[in-house]
Amino acid sequence: MSRVTLRVNGEERSLELDPRTTLLDALREQLQLTGSKKGCDHGQCGACTVMVEGRRIYSCLTLAVMHDGEAVTTIEGLGRPDALHPMQAAFVKHDGYQCGYCTPGQICASVATLQEIEAGIPSHVTADLTAAPQLTAEEIRERMSGNICRCGAYSNIVEAITEVAGRPA
Amino acid sequence: MTDIRYLAPGTLDEAVNAFAAAAGAARILAGGTDLLVQMRAGVVRPGVIVDIKKIAEMTTIEETPEGGFRIGAAVSGARLAEHPRFGKAWPGVLEAVNLIGSKQVQGRASPGGNLCNASPAGDSVPAMIAAGAVVTVQGPHGRRQMPVEAVPAGPGRTNLTPGEILVSFTLPPRPAGSGDAYLRMIPRTEMDIAVVGCGVSLTLEGGKVTAARVGLGAVAPTPLLVGPAAEALIGSRLEEEALAAAAAACSAACRPIDDKRGTIAYRTKVAGVLLRRTAAIAAERAGRA
Ligand SMILES: Cc1cc2nc3c(=O)[nH]c(=O)nc-3n(C[C@H](O)[C@H](O)[C@H](O)COP(=O)(O)OP(=O)(O)OC[C@H]3O[C@@H](n4cnc5c(N)ncnc54)[C@H](O)[C@@H]3O)c2cc1C
Ligand code: FES
Ligand code: FES
Repeated sequence: MSRVTLRVNGEERSLELDPRTTLLDALREQLQLTGSKKGCDHGQCGACTVMVEGRRIYSCLTLAVMHDGEAVTTIEGLGRPDALHPMQAAFVKHDGYQCGYCTPGQICASVATLQEIEAGIPSHVTADLTAAPQLTAEEIRERMSGNICRCGAYSNIVEAITEVAGRPA
Repeated sequence: MTDIRYLAPGTLDEAVNAFAAAAGAARILAGGTDLLVQMRAGVVRPGVIVDIKKIAEMTTIEETPEGGFRIGAAVSGARLAEHPRFGKAWPGVLEAVNLIGSKQVQGRASPGGNLCNASPAGDSVPAMIAAGAVVTVQGPHGRRQMPVEAVPAGPGRTNLTPGEILVSFTLPPRPAGSGDAYLRMIPRTEMDIAVVGCGVSLTLEGGKVTAARVGLGAVAPTPLLVGPAAEALIGSRLEEEALAAAAAACSAACRPIDDKRGTIAYRTKVAGVLLRRTAAIAAERAGRA
């Protein structure tokens, strides 16, 4: 067994776990933060997307022990039912989901997508690597391609992200 | 379940010692995007995992005094994309790294893991070959350097000797008028494995190619440096004749397999087509640099 301390949504949490435990299982099974979902458990669907030290990753594809002392933000840390994050509110407004299973991962990835574009980080469809990436639908779709939606809510998700991006910061 | 130990040494010497001490039972962990999937599937069952991401030299991007770059083996694709100058100097290497999985995979996945996983289709490898990257490895008997194309030995196997760890990639200085590019052919647009991957790096002077390197992926048991393709381009102005000769050299270098993604004939043909397209992008970038 290994000990690990994570800063989850601003709170220090100490855990004792088998070193093979993924961050996703640690969040869901030990911390009862069940907002992050397990779709594939293989890094292919995006349902488990969380932010670690400000960077989005798949929590199913990383071990909890690899993140000792690091800050983890899950969907529960972004907003609450009575205080929605703007991206959560936009998903509600634009119907960016049907069954909702992929949604926590989509929202975490959407927030990260806008931060990455704002920071000028290029993506694979950024034509000119020497200029700042633009906030086009094509850029959003490429950057969200690691999040699969079985219900096919993609176009509404792009609308929700576009609306949040358009708001003055 | 059998027991497993997780180690996260802070220095390279400690990592080398721990890795060598565990003999064959240990695995190096960089981003884990290959290793954890393989462990989950039961394909590999290490007794010890040595996480190298707490070692500064493995996770830094440095500009060398000569004007090149040294990239720690465990630097994530996301960190490379964030670097203010790397993508401007080596857009082809960066676009190859930016093709690995999704943004969430790139948050973890490293060029070192991509190379040491030794998949014939690893996307960053042909681009690194075209760039002329040299790797530094360290093991129980000290440090050595080798060209990146010398690392893969075959599917899933490398030429690192027991206990050796890949430390960094060194990319050479970029003369004015240089550009590189990487293209891959895949059946889908995202999240798929290359049927053929092609990296080209060119230096042009007054429209004439003065230096060229070509790397090919997914067409042989290991990614290839295609010397004859580069020779066909050097001295040319990328006229049809030179491009045809370089494309033919790429097709001739192929020793691919038939699988569900593509037949031998298809892969061999596409290698030539991709060479032309990749060289055109590299030349266009060289013209602007
Ligand atoms: C959903 C998904 C999509 C993917 N898409 C692509 C793709 O499009 N293109 C592509 O090329 N790959 C793809 N991959 C594979 C993988 O992400 C890449 O190969 C990645 O670069 C591996 O890097 P890593 O740091 O995660 O390696 P790890 O998993 O940490 O390591 C991989 C292997 O290399 C060894 N190793 C790692 N670092 C070192 C070192 N410094 N010294 C010695 N040995 C070392 C490890 O022991 C292990 O055997 C994908 C994976 C997933 C899960
Ligand atoms: S559950 Fe992690 S990507 Fe599918
Ligand atoms: S809303 Fe059902 S999978 Fe996306």
